[in-house]
Amino acid sequence: MSNVTLEQEHPHHHHPFLQHHFEDLGQQHEASTLGMWMFLATEILFFGGILCAYWIYRIMYPEAWAVAAHLQNPTFGGLNTIVLIVSSLTMALAVRAAQLGNRTQQLVMLFATLFFGTVFLVVKGIEYRAHFHEGLFPGSHFTWNEHPALAQKVQLFMCFYWGMTGMHALHMIIGAGLLLYFIFRAWRDDFGPEYYGPVEVMGLYWHFVDIVWIFLFPFLYLIHEVHHG
Amino acid sequence: MSSATLHDVRLSGAATGRNYFNEEYGALSWFFTKDHKRIAILYLISVSIMFVLGGFFAMMMRIELLTPQGDLLTSDTYNKFFTLHGVVMIFFFLIPVVPAILGNFILPLQLGAKDLAFPKINLLSWYLYMLAAAVGLIVIVNGGVDTGWTFYTPFSTQYSNTHVFGTTFAGFIAGFSSILTGFNFIVTIHRMRAPGLTWYRLPLFVWALYAASIVMLLATPVLAITLVMLMIERTIGVGFFDPALGGDPLLYQHMFWFYSHPAVYIMILPAMGVASDVVAAFTRKKIFGYRFVAYSSLAIAFLGFLVWAHHMFVAGISVYSAMIFAFLSFFVAVPSAIKVFNWTATLYRASVSWQTPMMYILGFIGLFTIGGVTGLFLAALGLDIHVHDTYFVVAHFHYVMVGGTVMAYLAGIHYWWPKITGRMYPEWWARLAALLVFVGFNLTFFPQFILGYVGMPRRYHAYAPEFQVLNVLSTAGASVLAVGYLLPIIYLVWSIWFGRPAGRNPWGAVGLEWTTSSPPPKENFHETPVVTWDAYDYPAMMKAMGESQNV
Repeated sequence: MSNVTLEQEHPHHHHPFLQHHFEDLGQQHEASTLGMWMFLATEILFFGGILCAYWIYRIMYPEAWAVAAHLQNPTFGGLNTIVLIVSSLTMALAVRAAQLGNRTQQLVMLFATLFFGTVFLVVKGIEYRAHFHEGLFPGSHFTWNEHPALAQKVQLFMCFYWGMTGMHALHMIIGAGLLLYFIFRAWRDDFGPEYYGPVEVMGLYWHFVDIVWIFLFPFLYLIHEVHHG
Repeated sequence: MSSATLHDVRLSGAATGRNYFNEEYGALSWFFTKDHKRIAILYLISVSIMFVLGGFFAMMMRIELLTPQGDLLTSDTYNKFFTLHGVVMIFFFLIPVVPAILGNFILPLQLGAKDLAFPKINLLSWYLYMLAAAVGLIVIVNGGVDTGWTFYTPFSTQYSNTHVFGTTFAGFIAGFSSILTGFNFIVTIHRMRAPGLTWYRLPLFVWALYAASIVMLLATPVLAITLVMLMIERTIGVGFFDPALGGDPLLYQHMFWFYSHPAVYIMILPAMGVASDVVAAFTRKKIFGYRFVAYSSLAIAFLGFLVWAHHMFVAGISVYSAMIFAFLSFFVAVPSAIKVFNWTATLYRASVSWQTPMMYILGFIGLFTIGGVTGLFLAALGLDIHVHDTYFVVAHFHYVMVGGTVMAYLAGIHYWWPKITGRMYPEWWARLAALLVFVGFNLTFFPQFILGYVGMPRRYHAYAPEFQVLNVLSTAGASVLAVGYLLPIIYLVWSIWFGRPAGRNPWGAVGLEWTTSSPPPKENFHETPVVTWDAYDYPAMMKAMGESQNV
């Protein structure tokens, strides 16, 4: 609050990116940051809903879950985890470059983030292709039958697999599209020490999508132990 | 102390003749507007159309139920009509009605802000609403849907031959419209308050919208993912909820009600906010126990998340969890009762002026109390099993949703109509409509309490002959209610051209929205107001002005 009052004494009404309904850039920045956090709260509940359902069936069918997790390729999953963590680093550096007004570094880091995001999606696509050929796509395409007694439940696991990774990939694609937009804006030299809010908010989104994957990876790839009650 | 500043602010926004209506002209200036006031008008028109559509389905059901035989509508058609009535009224009327119309218009004015924090997202939420409505209308034209508005599995995924996919998709989109509204409100209330407008100086309408927005933000995404799972299951035939394929239909009900019970509070909380503002304005008093009323909104929002399984007492959940959910459901009545007691205490020894908004709110307080107390009947495990899926339940939630939310919405639209349009509505006609709504509502739904208690089940187009007298009373009441609802549509539209000019503050009410001209200029205030007084500071205002300038 005191921050806002201070800045009101030196209004930046001339700044080209100050929207008409805000008093100053500080208020605009605070609003967009809070807005992104609120949006992420809805995302947590969105992924949380399906994760909760996943967890209930995992408790109901521990054996099928372990078998199904072994059908995943942990090398690809692990590689993608590393790729995403590195992309979070480059995103954070892009935000820093924007704050410092370093246009070149900002462009490099945004391109790097876009590159790693694309690598993730390509690897994911290779996995999807393999699963499709293995008959692991739910519905009429589902032909996997190594353990006939568990086939039904493995299919249920694969529903969660496709549903959750698919929604995550959709968020990645949207993120990649946003990165393109931000690369354009960085190229136009929009951001600097005075005005960097949008890049920061974009960073929040990107980190969130990474964190979702950090949850999905162990839940879908790394279930080994089955504890029999 | 505050009176001088209060007086200054009242004079600062001099009327210039320019307002948000005449600032720009043409259809495009409306369809691409980012002005919260114009978006509120867009919502007002579209939500009203959906209300008439939902009302049509209701009226057809009531006409069918005049006679014990199923003679007007086949059972299939009747199933579709009660489903469409529920879907249209809940997703397209009750959820958006107070937040998206009154909240959109009034919230930035009450905060002394130029607009909501994200005007483009606000417009996007209206377009999503319209897209959802369009999908819903396509479904209706192509034959409708018959699952009930709850889309229970396995009927919705396995057996129904109607347009379940389209309807749930419409609900999915409408959900995002609602999320965006709530999201915008929360950020706006946190970040866009005028200098000096601290949390405890906010009108209680703002507190209520804040609490409702939290529920919109946190509950709606769960509905979205649930409907996605339902659509996947129905489309490719996998078994999230199908027991034959290893799924659990109870899980669907848990996930559905995790949203849909809190959704009840999305509908009623903003209505309670309207009640607080109107009670204060027409009693010329501060709301008794302001902080209790404010925090009870947050308490309702919080506790509302913990009671969902009381919809599932006969669905096969464990008796222990049912006991806990029954207890928590009793608990949520406490903050609601706090509000009712505080409104009543505000009315005590006040000189109440009987204008239309106040008539609606007095009706609201009584009807909401009946709806709430019968909710306690239903939260009681034993009695719930007796009246489950009967007209008792139908009567209960209509007392809350129609007796509560719709009455408060009508109060709010009359209270703020002079601000929205700059014109007064015709008081005599408005009082007549309020009376018709009150009488018609009770005649429609009170007999349904009795019908349910003696065993008439809901959702059938035919019934045993001994239920006919009460059903005829109910249908007669629905006809009166329909007239009561149509009257405001006519005289409010009439008043836009022929109503008496309202002036800045026709009620002599306190609140920033009354300090700017009517209708407000595009930027709401010519200068950003500075607030130095408490909410509902009627005593100080009346002292400052010598005597109330009540019109």
